[in-house]
Amino acid sequence: MSVLAIRSLSKAFGGVRAVNDVTFEIERGEFLAMIGPNGAGKSTCFNMINGQLKPDSGQILFEGSDIAGLEPRAIWRFGVGRTFQVAATFSSMTVIENVQMALISHAGETYELWRAAAELHRDRALDLLSQVGMREAADRPSRELAYGDIKRIELAIALANQPRLLLMDEPTAGMAPRERNDLIALVKQLVVERGTSVLFTEHSMDVVFAFADRVIVLARGRLIADGDPAAIRNNVQVREVYFGTGKTFAGVPQ
Amino acid sequence: MTFSAFLFQALNGLSTATGLFFIAVGLSLIFGVSRIINIAHGSLYMLGTYIAYSFATRIGGALGFWGGIVATTLIVGAIGALIEVLLLRRVYRAPELFQLLATFALVLVINDAVLWLWGPEDLLGPRAPGLRGSIEVLGRHLPTYDLFLIVIGPLVLVALHFTLARTRFGRLVRAATQDREMVSALGVNQAVLFTSVFALGAALAGFGGALQVAREPANLATDLIAIGDAFVVVVVGGMGSITGAYLAAVIIAEVKAICIGIGVVDFGFGTVNFSKLTLVAEFLVMAIVLIVRPYGLLGRPQGQVRSVAEPEDPIRPATPALKALGIVTLMFLLCLPLVAQSSPYLLILGIDVLIAIIFATSLHFIMGPGGMHSFGHAAYFGLGAYGAALLVKWLALPMGVALTAAPLVALAGALLFGWFAVRLSGVYLAMLTLAFAQIVWALVFQWETLTGGSNGVIGVWPPKPFDKASVYFLLTLVLAVIAVLLLRRFLFAPFGYSMRAGRDSALRAEAIGIDVKRVHWLGFAIAGAICGVAGGLFAFAKGSISPETIHVSRSIDGLVMVLLGGIQTLTGPIVGASVFATLQDTVMRQTEYWRALLGVIILLLVMAFPQGIVGAFSSLWRRAGAKP
Repeated sequence: MSVLAIRSLSKAFGGVRAVNDVTFEIERGEFLAMIGPNGAGKSTCFNMINGQLKPDSGQILFEGSDIAGLEPRAIWRFGVGRTFQVAATFSSMTVIENVQMALISHAGETYELWRAAAELHRDRALDLLSQVGMREAADRPSRELAYGDIKRIELAIALANQPRLLLMDEPTAGMAPRERNDLIALVKQLVVERGTSVLFTEHSMDVVFAFADRVIVLARGRLIADGDPAAIRNNVQVREVYFGTGKTFAGVPQ
Repeated sequence: MTFSAFLFQALNGLSTATGLFFIAVGLSLIFGVSRIINIAHGSLYMLGTYIAYSFATRIGGALGFWGGIVATTLIVGAIGALIEVLLLRRVYRAPELFQLLATFALVLVINDAVLWLWGPEDLLGPRAPGLRGSIEVLGRHLPTYDLFLIVIGPLVLVALHFTLARTRFGRLVRAATQDREMVSALGVNQAVLFTSVFALGAALAGFGGALQVAREPANLATDLIAIGDAFVVVVVGGMGSITGAYLAAVIIAEVKAICIGIGVVDFGFGTVNFSKLTLVAEFLVMAIVLIVRPYGLLGRPQGQVRSVAEPEDPIRPATPALKALGIVTLMFLLCLPLVAQSSPYLLILGIDVLIAIIFATSLHFIMGPGGMHSFGHAAYFGLGAYGAALLVKWLALPMGVALTAAPLVALAGALLFGWFAVRLSGVYLAMLTLAFAQIVWALVFQWETLTGGSNGVIGVWPPKPFDKASVYFLLTLVLAVIAVLLLRRFLFAPFGYSMRAGRDSALRAEAIGIDVKRVHWLGFAIAGAICGVAGGLFAFAKGSISPETIHVSRSIDGLVMVLLGGIQTLTGPIVGASVFATLQDTVMRQTEYWRALLGVIILLLVMAFPQGIVGAFSSLWRRAGAKP
């Protein structure tokens, strides 16, 4: 069974059909890239899956249960982690406390009034930080970190509830090319170890073609292609609506 | 009431609306551009009335009156510019809301300056030359001056609208209201823009005040009444919308006018005096509007403000030095009753300070870590105080039961009000909390049969052995220590962390399963309950409780204490409350002009410690520690 099945998902803003009858699935352990030009409906689609927008129609089945229209926090409890396009962390907390918050919430201890939060799940948090290479920075204030490191913290937070599906909205936005590859390589390694599925949107084609198992392409709200990177690269329709002259591929090693 | 009387009352309301509009629109413009909540705006309005009075009486005639109104507008505008340049410009980079402290100090200073210059008597100006008569409308006499006011409001609205829509200055104001960082990044001279907007807002307030000179006497209490009304108008209309401000001014003025017009109505099961409802009517309107339309009638969600202040440091458990300091202070306080045998006043001061500490610490709990800037914390103080006092008065319950009930009554109120409040954020949340506090105040003021109305509840004295100041002091000390340590414990626990998480990034907090609204709601309730303890202690300490002790000024006192100590620190509210309560109790006794003195002291503290007293000391400490 697929981890996530999107069935005929639609959303309109006024007269604009931002997402129009989109259907696709993600298999367990799959690394799926969602690409498309600006305004294609990627973010809208994404925000419906993570609960920030309510779909007009269609189903979002996560491991068989329909999560369409639920609050983001409820979707997270099903086992869906996420990172944001502009990294969002708790700036008044240390690095490790950021991760501990996710662990505390996962353990259902949010309303606990007595025990010191800083002592809860510290080992597990340190473990997660080691996995993303940030153990050394554990006790630093998170606001002091460079953006690339914040992205790693976000990844550790997103992995804290051992999600079966990870949603990453432009995970490498705002990063230097070298950092991008490092981050995605790290994500791929971590999810392969865990068998987690990943759905990510991305503008950087070298990242997409180097790492994605499969690629889906949106244009003007519709799904126009679904296949492995090689097939997408050679898809005539994709080239037309999205890549134009096809020069985008010039620099990508075959 | 006949239909024509009703219409006439409505016309009356329209002329009042003009005054409300002039003060509110300036407040809204200034807030939009600079994000400063200018509490002193009501003082500028009051200054307008006084200055125009002087022109009209000293020079006299049409020149003195009409020329005086023009001159007053310019003078108050210039005063506004001066305030911006000399004072506010220095505190723009301080943490959010800190500027509020500075403008509050100005309220105190301006009020005493007016007292000194014009004296305490109400001053009624001459009738307007050329508009002394009245015309007959609906069989009644409507003063032509009121007609003039009805017309001038919309005229200024249209003029402002065109200025904002068509001129370069207007475009900059609108742009800065949406995104001021972007405006400054585009090379616009922000200093000039801020000063000119402040001057414009002040001039409008001065103009509005000056126009009142022929209608109402100049009065020293105008400043706080005017600012309260203006807040309501701005929030109901929607921050930054000038048309909204006019619309809201009309609605509020009409509701008040109609309440007065209706008067006493017998409903069969009882009589309701609607004219008394004016005190609470505007706040009821505001509460309803905010619940239905969270950004006001014509407002839009506030533009994103990237905080200019330093972000907060992670909280750490107390260092050994801080713990030692705490224990030494506690030892000293425990010994105070022995020291104070010769001067009983010291113990009274001590009790006041301790109550202030509970009040400020509970407010800080939601303001700092919760990011909810409550402007109505006095509500929970009042619920606690009245809850305890009424149980003693009506049921003759012992003090122990009354003091236990105090936090429960406050908790119930905080649960109810908080449920609505946490649905809003920023200045709208602040105003809704203020509205709830006013409703509580009006309730105890007008429910005379239960609460004794303006006389309050008296004879709430503690039984033996607590009737001795020293014993009551110790009781207060114990409860204060428990309250402070409890709140501190909560902040270090997952709940406090979750509250901060929701403040830092609601998006991220929701994405890791935290129900931010619910966490903030419960935080609000906890703070309300603890604040109720302060209220209960206060009632027994003074032996009485009256509506004026829970008025809006107490809410503002709380804000001042928290900001003075430093909102980003955990010990800040304790220090801020101690300093403020001590200043208030001591300075007040020294001089007739205690307000101005207190204001100047606050201004100096604001300039010297832009992060609050504790904030300043802890960064000094860190810098000293960083050196080898």
